[in-house]
Amino acid sequence: MIPARRWLPMVMLVGLVGGYALVGVQRQVDLTLAAQAPEGQLLYLSSPEWIKRLAMGYDGLLACLYWTRAVQHYGRQHLGTVRQYPLLYSLLDITTTLDPELKIAYRFGAIFLSEPPPHGAGRADQAIALLEKGIRHNPDYWYFWYDLGFLYYRSLKDFPRAAAAFAEGAKNPQAGPWMKVMAARIAAEGGDRRWAMFLWNELYKSTDNPYIRKNARDHIYGLQADFDIEFLEGLLARYQRATGQPAASFEPLVAAGLLRGLPLDPAGFPYRLGADGRVRLDPQSPITASTRGREP
Amino acid sequence: MQRVAAIALNTFREAVRDRVLYNLIVFALLLMGTAILFGQISIGVERLIVVNLGLTAVTFFGLAIAIFIGIGLVYKEMDQRTLYVLLAKPVRRAEFILGKFCGLGLTLLVNTALMAVGFFLALWYVQRRISLPDPSLLAALYFIFLALLLATALALFFSCFSSPVLSAAFTFGLFIGGSLADDLRELGRMVEMPWVKMAGDAVYYAVPNFRNFNVIAGVAQGHPVPAALLWQNTAYAALYIGLVLAASALIFQNRNLK
Amino acid sequence: MPAIAITDLTKDYPRGFWRKRLHRALDHLTLTVEAGEVFGLLGPNGAGKTTTLKLLMRLIYPTAGTAQLLGRPFTDVDVHRRLGYLPEAPYFYQYLTAREFLDYCGQLFGQAKPDRRRRVGELLEQVGLVEAADVALRFFSRGMLQRVGLAQALINDPELIFLDEPMLGLDPVGRREVRDLILRLRAAGKTVCFSTHVLPDAESLCDRVAILNRGRLHGLGALDEILKIKVKASEVLVGQPSPALAETLRTLADGVRVAGDKLTATVADEKLYAVLDCIRAQGGRLLAVNPVRASLEDYFYEEFGTEKVPELTGGV
Repeated sequence: MIPARRWLPMVMLVGLVGGYALVGVQRQVDLTLAAQAPEGQLLYLSSPEWIKRLAMGYDGLLACLYWTRAVQHYGRQHLGTVRQYPLLYSLLDITTTLDPELKIAYRFGAIFLSEPPPHGAGRADQAIALLEKGIRHNPDYWYFWYDLGFLYYRSLKDFPRAAAAFAEGAKNPQAGPWMKVMAARIAAEGGDRRWAMFLWNELYKSTDNPYIRKNARDHIYGLQADFDIEFLEGLLARYQRATGQPAASFEPLVAAGLLRGLPLDPAGFPYRLGADGRVRLDPQSPITASTRGREP
Repeated sequence: MQRVAAIALNTFREAVRDRVLYNLIVFALLLMGTAILFGQISIGVERLIVVNLGLTAVTFFGLAIAIFIGIGLVYKEMDQRTLYVLLAKPVRRAEFILGKFCGLGLTLLVNTALMAVGFFLALWYVQRRISLPDPSLLAALYFIFLALLLATALALFFSCFSSPVLSAAFTFGLFIGGSLADDLRELGRMVEMPWVKMAGDAVYYAVPNFRNFNVIAGVAQGHPVPAALLWQNTAYAALYIGLVLAASALIFQNRNLK
Repeated sequence: MPAIAITDLTKDYPRGFWRKRLHRALDHLTLTVEAGEVFGLLGPNGAGKTTTLKLLMRLIYPTAGTAQLLGRPFTDVDVHRRLGYLPEAPYFYQYLTAREFLDYCGQLFGQAKPDRRRRVGELLEQVGLVEAADVALRFFSRGMLQRVGLAQALINDPELIFLDEPMLGLDPVGRREVRDLILRLRAAGKTVCFSTHVLPDAESLCDRVAILNRGRLHGLGALDEILKIKVKASEVLVGQPSPALAETLRTLADGVRVAGDKLTATVADEKLYAVLDCIRAQGGRLLAVNPVRASLEDYFYEEFGTEKVPELTGGV
């Protein structure tokens, strides 16, 4: 028998050294594997019906597995250099065939299949197909109508169809009261950016999924930035009309009482006034979804 | 060293005379045959199916053998008290552990080789010609063998202090966990709290990362195995197995036999 | 140099759900066994006999105390080269034949192949298993397994041999063979230490014994000393006694039994010679005079008296 006072220091030493070496080798392996061509871009079992048959009743479990794969696929591709998502639709389709009530899968697809690259697959048609499948299997889940309406609104700019979707969803007594409002107003006022802001906010509030929330927040910031820039450029015009001179920076506007302080974007970075009189985002600002804030 | 070899050969002999082994090999070979059948169904992807199914069969049947025999390696000797006679000889406890591991390793080598032969036969059949074994396929088989050795070491480790049922459960659990280590880390990253991320990383490095050894999908598509991976996986397996065996030897050393 | 030197050997087992209670299986055992002795470990079940042997063989570890075997500390694994051990009710690898198993044991001692082959052959003959040499051990009877056990204990020609209940499961012929084996070992200068319940065997084989009960040493020394031999009485066997002789004996002796034409009289020490004179005078045929000794069984009853008396085979 080896008494504890003798083996404990040995074990700790070996454990530390061994563990350190192990972590080192594992990192090397990770690098090697990551550098490989993405060979996993093929599902040999791509037929959802077949997978369901083979699942032998463990549909729910497999659905979870495929859902994890879908998110992983998105995450990995998003962090990588290629930024395409060829398998996303198939994986989500399989997931929802195995578990038609896995609502998060439909919602995830609604966003990331339709978002334009590099944030999504840019396939609004696939997103719509997935949502319609979701509605078929979950007729009481009014959020899908919301997602569909939002989808038509932002990706296809098809305001009448968006309104129709909101109207359909509003029929559900549990739907938020604003659905009726959207149905009524969106057809006419679709171009109004405030509706987009509202819809992204609602989306942000309606889910826990970190990817969806981050994406929504990005859009919200972008829209906010757009509003701010519009507002700031309006102020600059007023200043110029009042003083006959264009402002070289925001300081004079502050001095003139038009602004309370130097303006910051939603991410906390200061807005920049360009030589051409246009307001832009600070180059270091992480906001990406602003249409007006970046160099054309 | 002769003692370790003696114990290893004895373990090998026991495994060979254990009929479970034959059943599993027969099953594996049957599966190869089924793979050929699958291949007939989807034209053009026969090779793909045979390679995928075949190598996966080798993995899982090898795992079954590693676990079935591994869990009893130490426990059976303790329970049946054959250890009394063994340890009364000038055999150190660590030599016993090492000998047991080598014996089962030898068994797995023979078994994997047999299944590999079956695999290549199936492959040549669907290719309609006999060719030299593709080096990437050989590399894939080598990695599978490393993974099986690692599973064996784990089963042996648990066998030192756990009943067979628990040992099997733990070993299989670690195999699953180790195969999903990647996903676990991803899950950790998705959550916004830093300590969850750190926990995810810690789990990722601690758990035996079986995914390292799985190059089946790539090899099936015809991609070569990166040369660096050969030594990296060997080093990883050697390190991890070494640590597990050392821990087993320590636990076994301090055990009072019933 | 003593073959075995045990000092204060103690073994506690944690018991109970929280493993807090300690059950003391062996309590500060101290004894020595000289080289060339046949030494017996006696005692009822749970006395600590098997525990002692397992501690010496390092199958379990002591809570306290130490021991020396053949002059080396018992922690030295290499001293096992010179030891032989037969566990109680041994169990061997089921899938091996007797020959393969003994060969395996030989390999563990580092014996070269030709030596092994020779030695295994010798041992198989010695224990009478030559016909069954190539049969798988799982088909062996209890008695045959015991013999294989003895063979593996001797494969390295050890100087010190431990046998835990070597007679267990053997028929009278087998028991006789084991006894002869032990005597041969002693004649060859080996030291044998064995534990047993079979008291007459201990009486006839052992130079000295240790008597254990509940982990404690109760007696150590030559059997005669322990049993405090006084020939208390003798049994006198008379053939064809005349009725007059029988009558006389009934008055002189403590007890008289008649079976057929034989009469057995239990006679106290002081009266023995008077009885013998009677027999001579009255013409009985004196067949035998046997001292009646206290047996180990008596000793156990006396010493461990009111405690639950275990099954002791009184040996018939």
